[in-house]
Amino acid sequence: MPQTLYDKLWNLHEVAQREDGTHLLYIDRHLIHEVTSPQAFEGLKLAGRKPWRISSNIATPDHNVPTTDRKKGIEGISDEVAKLQVVTLDENCKENDILQFDIHDIRQGIVHVVGPEQGLTLPGMTIVCGDSHTSTHGALATLSMGIGTSEVEHVLATQCLKTSKLKNMRVTINGELQKGVTPKDVTLAVIGKIGTAGGTGYAIEYAGTVIENMTIEGRMTVCNMAIEAGARAGLVAYDHTTETYIKNRPFAPVGDQWIMAKNQWENLKSDKEAKFDKELEIDGSLIAPQVTWGTSPEMVIDIDGLIPMPDSESIQHALDYMNLEPGKKIKDIKLDQVFIGSCTNSRIEDLREAARVLEGRKISDSIKRAIVVPGSGLVSKQAIEEGLDQVFIESGFEWRAPGCSMCLAMNPDQLGEGEHCASTSNRNFEGRQGYGGRTHLVSPATAAASAIEGHFVDVREYLA
Amino acid sequence: MKNTTTFHHGTAVPLDRDNIDTDQIIPKQFLKSIKKSGFGPNLFDAWRYEDEGFPGQDISQRKLNKDFILNQDRFDGADILISKKNFGCGSSREHAVWSLMDFGFKVVIAESFADIFYNNCFNNGLLPISLSAEEISVMLNLAEMGKEIEIDLENQIIFSADNEIASFQIDPFRKKCILEGLDEIGLSLTHAADIKAFEEKRAVESPWIFDMRNKNEN
Repeated sequence: MPQTLYDKLWNLHEVAQREDGTHLLYIDRHLIHEVTSPQAFEGLKLAGRKPWRISSNIATPDHNVPTTDRKKGIEGISDEVAKLQVVTLDENCKENDILQFDIHDIRQGIVHVVGPEQGLTLPGMTIVCGDSHTSTHGALATLSMGIGTSEVEHVLATQCLKTSKLKNMRVTINGELQKGVTPKDVTLAVIGKIGTAGGTGYAIEYAGTVIENMTIEGRMTVCNMAIEAGARAGLVAYDHTTETYIKNRPFAPVGDQWIMAKNQWENLKSDKEAKFDKELEIDGSLIAPQVTWGTSPEMVIDIDGLIPMPDSESIQHALDYMNLEPGKKIKDIKLDQVFIGSCTNSRIEDLREAARVLEGRKISDSIKRAIVVPGSGLVSKQAIEEGLDQVFIESGFEWRAPGCSMCLAMNPDQLGEGEHCASTSNRNFEGRQGYGGRTHLVSPATAAASAIEGHFVDVREYLA
Repeated sequence: MKNTTTFHHGTAVPLDRDNIDTDQIIPKQFLKSIKKSGFGPNLFDAWRYEDEGFPGQDISQRKLNKDFILNQDRFDGADILISKKNFGCGSSREHAVWSLMDFGFKVVIAESFADIFYNNCFNNGLLPISLSAEEISVMLNLAEMGKEIEIDLENQIIFSADNEIASFQIDPFRKKCILEGLDEIGLSLTHAADIKAFEEKRAVESPWIFDMRNKNEN
């Protein structure tokens, strides 16, 4: 029977069916960060259990780490509560002999940037992490899902996730993207079409020429936000682009194992006749740069769009929170801050995309703060080698150290009350980037162009 | 007349909104804790208080937002939460479930739930129930009127004043877990031999997955 990519990955990892009808799915890779793991390690200890397979685990602190003054390491974390969490991760990794890229390691960074960058994320794997944006790794033809802390403990103890099979959805995006339209705009446009619950219960496979022509970094941006459409997993088929990306990564197989792996990976695509429970087709050439106006990622419009009229309690509430008038142009929103970073858009390609727009230009005086936070120490190093840090600094951006930073603002990088921010992150929820802060999700290119003007602009005109 | 076993009996709070995300349920500044308890006072923090909350604050000094439904006297002691579509969307933070439970909620009834949140509920003994849009609007009204609501989990029926309001679907095993509080990990470990056998086979077929430690050269 023809199978989808998701079906194939499922079949490769199904261990057993429990008496309750749920399945045990074998987990190849478990990624760990400081926020969702302490209670899991504690639970394990209290029950007198040990991690099942130490070498499947890899940890790095990302949510709480400061993005300034990192020379002092953990001592540089001014918030004592946050510091304890990072220290606890260190202790748990030491106690259990788990490999960690700690705060001093150049490989430290956002866990979803680090995994693929190191070749710890490999096609055909199942990958979980106590973080909903684990869907990112599906860009490399893996089955990757975010899990809760109880599930983190379960995976540590059993090397399996207890789960039920998802349904299959395929989103096919054909055509050619316009200049200035990026993977972020593609993924936001999909969410705009299906809504934040449109993918609930599904794994979404992204396909079509737009995806085929996309880099792995771009595919990661698309899969990263599958969860914002409600889908626990996003997927893209393995192809030559995947192979080229993985080859020579530090943890990627070499020699005979590389050949063996490649042979297996070739099969990681949906069969031609495979049936999907739901299909959606989008003409990529019609996608415009996207901007969210509200407090849910589905509240998104084209850059030349208007703030919508309220037709529900939810929309009215969002308009009130964002302090927006229906019918007004989204371009007229004045910006206070700009954030380029997060597991959605902090990879080298994203920084290049923003730097191309910023080169030789200054950001508007009306912008109170603009920061760029690379996704990992190695992304930062690469960017510095390419001179991108100087482009950002000369234009008026602050160049920071890697971490999740203002995507969820657990560290000191935050919005002030009532401030509007053009952000390349993934969630525009109320208060997400700071108490009373107002987030607008955009691509790195749009964020950069809007920083220059002090309000949203159509980056297509900048690149014309 | 009904003849049933009660799982839970109480009054409900109507939170008449779609897409309540886990950032609203428990804002990020409270995720710095390394414990599972103590999140209740900060449940819906940005909506419940008029000032910005931070960990370790003296809650008694904070001004409550009187307009927020959870702060209205008539809902004191309510321990069932009613909401609409896509409840618990966003972040995987299990702290959202811990904070709802720490506050005192026993049941959340909504039109639909986000996948990760739904699983997190069962892993902690918080009962999530999905109902149709029509049934939710009935439930919101009952909550608004302060009516007692009774949940018969055994028979999967919701009653109010002895009248059946709705029946609901729940996975039979998950029901058992909520009723009996089973050890999920212990149960999975009864398959330890299967896991071991699977792992050995996979290590032969795809060995590169298993020897990553050799490559850790910074």
